[in-house]
Amino acid sequence: MLFFQSPIFINLSYIFASILFIFGLKMLSSPETAQRGNIISALGMLLAILVTLTQKNIISYEYLLIALVLGIAVGIMASSFVKMTSMPELVALFNGFGGMASLLVGVAEYINPSNVNLIQLIAISFTVLIGGITFSGSLLAFGKLSEIISGKPLILYGQKIILSVFIIIGISLALDLIINTGVTDAEKFGFLNLSGPTVLYILIAVTLILGILLTAPIGGADMPVVIALLNSYSGLAASSAGFVINNNVLIVAGALVGASGLILTNIMCKAMNRSLTNVLFGGFGSASGDSSKGGQIQGEVKPISAEDAYLILEAANSVLVVPGYGMAVSQAQHVVRELGELLEENGCEVKYAIHPVAGRMPGHMNVLLAEANVSYDLLAEPDDVNPLMDTTDVCIVIGANDVVNPDARENESSPIFGMPVIEVDRAKTVFVLKRSMAAGFAGIDNPLFLKENTRMLFGDAKESISTLVSEFKS
Amino acid sequence: MESQTLLVLLLFVLILSVFLGFELINKVPSTLHTPLMSGANAISGITIVGALLASGGDGTFSSIIVGTFAVFFASINVVGGYLVTNRMLKMFKKK
Repeated sequence: MLFFQSPIFINLSYIFASILFIFGLKMLSSPETAQRGNIISALGMLLAILVTLTQKNIISYEYLLIALVLGIAVGIMASSFVKMTSMPELVALFNGFGGMASLLVGVAEYINPSNVNLIQLIAISFTVLIGGITFSGSLLAFGKLSEIISGKPLILYGQKIILSVFIIIGISLALDLIINTGVTDAEKFGFLNLSGPTVLYILIAVTLILGILLTAPIGGADMPVVIALLNSYSGLAASSAGFVINNNVLIVAGALVGASGLILTNIMCKAMNRSLTNVLFGGFGSASGDSSKGGQIQGEVKPISAEDAYLILEAANSVLVVPGYGMAVSQAQHVVRELGELLEENGCEVKYAIHPVAGRMPGHMNVLLAEANVSYDLLAEPDDVNPLMDTTDVCIVIGANDVVNPDARENESSPIFGMPVIEVDRAKTVFVLKRSMAAGFAGIDNPLFLKENTRMLFGDAKESISTLVSEFKS
Repeated sequence: MESQTLLVLLLFVLILSVFLGFELINKVPSTLHTPLMSGANAISGITIVGALLASGGDGTFSSIIVGTFAVFFASINVVGGYLVTNRMLKMFKKK
């Protein structure tokens, strides 16, 4: 036996890979070191894969090499050709594949004739459950984000009852699998008289349905929470698969991902002032809008032309840009950067205020602005810009709606009351770039549009800003 | 190793890793939320280790086939995840 096939070498390598993951994640939390951190974590993965491939447990390479080559090819192509605006759905898709892989590892171990002990059976059930939910949930999120299917929350009649029934069926099947595997027919417990693999396959079907039932009621504006949560699930599935094959590196890496996903989920929920259960089961935005109860909104919409907007911007000393999903839709990030640079040349201070849940995934706007070459130290969080809002000359709201809604502070009957928002209405002038007067994703009225200091710049965000840019240049 | 001892050991590793994960990622600026998520997502592809063992190991034909599909999905997750994260992080610049 060669040294590098010895258990001690293999396990030490797995420990080393875990250390690389930990350092990689640590470095991912600072912009200066993030890229190196990602490479270090990738090296850890490479080490773990190479050590596994040289193990003497692996006796045939033909299938796994084909799958590996195909998977690598698909991974390279998908990651190289996708546009930055499609990043949320790609991340969701990759996440789903991770969940599916963990599920399949559980299945492969189960149908392998070598004996599985009780701990492994519990772990297999859990892996299949979480992996299946991650897979179908992520695929549905992918469909919603890429707008293959409607992003609106889909609530079935009796949603909660259907969900509860499927959860009970899922748990019963998992218990059946744990109790009745590896015992003789006479010892079998319960009324299900099915073979182990059959129970497993039904369990898989149930988990796939569960993933859909859990994700379908969640609307587009809540997507950042779901993506972060599904990310956490894929980590849990991998960690659970570690118990199936008794492997520490899976447990460590999976737990790290699970924890990071939970932290992100928590940040997103806090940014919306809602609990996780409210996001998951609340069916936000589908409820009958009771925002009208809090007094009729007074005022009228005051449109402005790009030419007039230019004159105000030209005289401004400080401008705050507040992007939202609309900027991603119209791909306006490059012209936004151009406008920002022109304003700076004009002696104006430009900052970008980004709400944690703006867009469709955590940090969505930051990625788009980074793509357009905006320096990351110009990007600020709501807490940084709100205290300075009264001295800000112009706020340019680009396709953002709920994250700048003053009702969150002023109207107690609004569904988003209490949510921390960017308080743009306190600035001297607010430009709102919007296609039309339609309500935001959450379907709530926004009194910002009717405020005294608000001017609506209707039309496609990219075209409107391009006009402003050419006005500056002429 | 006796299975109970092994379970305790693995649970011990799990619990410590979860706490480590919370400590590691607690203070991430929102600028990096997307790369962090997609980088973490790539790490969750570690399940490829189990997939490789199932696909190349000494199992029945069906368990090998299931394992092979697992390798396919996991390798997309790993390779795609790391590359896409790298592509995003390359754009984050300070001027």
